[in-house]
Amino acid sequence: MRPSAVRLLNILVPVKRAVDYSVKIRVNPQQTGVDLNVKHSMNPFDEIGVEEAVRLRERHKDQVKSIKAVTIGPPKAIEILRSALAMGADSSIHVEIPENSPALEPLAVAKTLREIIKRQKEGVDVVILGKQAIDDDLGVTGQMLAGLLGWSQATFASKVEIDHAKKEALVTREIDGGGEEVRCRLPVIITTDLSYNFVNPEPRYASLPNIMKAKKKPVEKFTPEDLGIDYTPRLETLKVTEPPKRVGGSKVANVDELVTKLKEAGITVA
Amino acid sequence: MLRRSIFPTRALSRSYATTTHPHALVFLEHRQGVLDSGSLSALTAAEQLGGKVTGLVVGAPEHVQGVVEKARKLKGLTSILHSASSQYAEPLPETVSPLLEKLLSGSTPFTHIVSSTSSFAKSLLPRVAAKLDVPSVSDVTSVAHDASSNSTTFTRPIYAGNAIATVRAPSSIPLKFFTVRGTAFTAAQAQDSSQAEASSIEPVEVSDSPTEHIKSTFTKSDRPDLGVAGRVVSGGRALKHAETFASTLYPLADALGAAVGASRAAVDAGYADNSLQVGQTGKVVAPELYMAVGISGAIQHLAGMKDSKLIVAINKDPDAPIFQVADIGLQADLFEAVPELVEKLKA
Repeated sequence: MRPSAVRLLNILVPVKRAVDYSVKIRVNPQQTGVDLNVKHSMNPFDEIGVEEAVRLRERHKDQVKSIKAVTIGPPKAIEILRSALAMGADSSIHVEIPENSPALEPLAVAKTLREIIKRQKEGVDVVILGKQAIDDDLGVTGQMLAGLLGWSQATFASKVEIDHAKKEALVTREIDGGGEEVRCRLPVIITTDLSYNFVNPEPRYASLPNIMKAKKKPVEKFTPEDLGIDYTPRLETLKVTEPPKRVGGSKVANVDELVTKLKEAGITVA
Repeated sequence: MLRRSIFPTRALSRSYATTTHPHALVFLEHRQGVLDSGSLSALTAAEQLGGKVTGLVVGAPEHVQGVVEKARKLKGLTSILHSASSQYAEPLPETVSPLLEKLLSGSTPFTHIVSSTSSFAKSLLPRVAAKLDVPSVSDVTSVAHDASSNSTTFTRPIYAGNAIATVRAPSSIPLKFFTVRGTAFTAAQAQDSSQAEASSIEPVEVSDSPTEHIKSTFTKSDRPDLGVAGRVVSGGRALKHAETFASTLYPLADALGAAVGASRAAVDAGYADNSLQVGQTGKVVAPELYMAVGISGAIQHLAGMKDSKLIVAINKDPDAPIFQVADIGLQADLFEAVPELVEKLKA
């Protein structure tokens, strides 16, 4: 078989293992962080990223050559890669850091991803990340990676169309007060917004056969030393505390009482 | 003993080697020539660093001068840099970042780069920070600079606002990038006596941008802007349809002169536009009055509104978590209670 003139797309999906979104987190007594002995799962925005990658393949059948998931995390982060593989990624990379390492800083993550992209023999055309992780809520990794590589970036994406022949992506983005459409030249960094769920159905559940298959899919392992990345935090976390507790007031019996209370608080019609 | 005697020398040499006077560069955003209110809060945060504050205005030639004239009067600004180019009319991170990189490279006078946590600044600042090999701190709610150690301490919410992290950017980070949560700082005011000096800088033209702007669509509304409104009326999934969302909530919002917000459930179900979403992944608001109608109060939603001054909840479910944070709760069917409330408020 002769190789086609236009190279097929290779997609990279970075995913993060984070405390599950439904867990009510607790700050530890030493005030160094939160109790992490709780349920973890794939960061919801990254799940949307994996889903979108898989859908891109469904839409552009023979144009997507590979979907590779990558995570940087402790040994347990492999579960997150298995979920991505069960959703439809072909292979994965685990940059394994020791258990109980300090939280990763986005710049170090972006440098890791750059290094991994450099090592992909066939190159990477599209990187799809979540717009933010729900633990540190920083929301900067995708932009940092785009900066390091000098690539096009489309943050807070709600819709992505790829024109393979023209080597470009048409992305609809969520911006303050509305939406924006941009045309990005490949290779591109895309970060997903939640409204993917609104435009499309939710990310798929992995079926049992797919979960079984995922166990056989390849996981390539790296250590920080292999990649030459230093994960020592540059920002110092001095402490983590509980936010001030908000105590609810009383209930009122009816609308009249509500109106009275509102008026007492100085709330009247504008 | 020997160690102790070394310490003072070290401390001396360190303070000698570092510039201790902060000089912040605040990215002043505008839309079509109208200054963004979030940027005014960012300016207040920058002023709290205790040094010089320079504003940066970029935009299309027809807008920049007007914005600069308004910005010159802002309290807290020492000077303004402005750059006009047709390329900045619809700014993209790819086209604006080279200008910032140029301003911040080499022997730059700036020590801090500050912006609001807006969708554009969130896209732009980390891109620039990475190129300059420094971290970026997002959505800070307080800032304090220690000139003697040249370190800046920030607080910021993490885990959807369920924990507050205090982080310090030490002197080893020469350029401290941060974005500011608007609701945590008052907006800088204009005053007649201020006349910050303005000077223009050459735009850095990007001839071959990998990204091209096609179009923007803004949701038009006569109601106040959600991010800065003094009063917010928000609806959730219990509103049932887009039509009932509008017909129930809008009269109440209009009676109170309030902005309309929505929970993620309401946005996902298509009752309200995305731009109205309040929560961890949407807007963060802290109005004088927040009225949550038919919203259960998931932690992701609370993250976006729990700093509101007065929270009122109307919900049929007595066990809805929203009642745990609401100052005034009314357990009732919203389709009956809200119209009655509108009527009685007006009476």
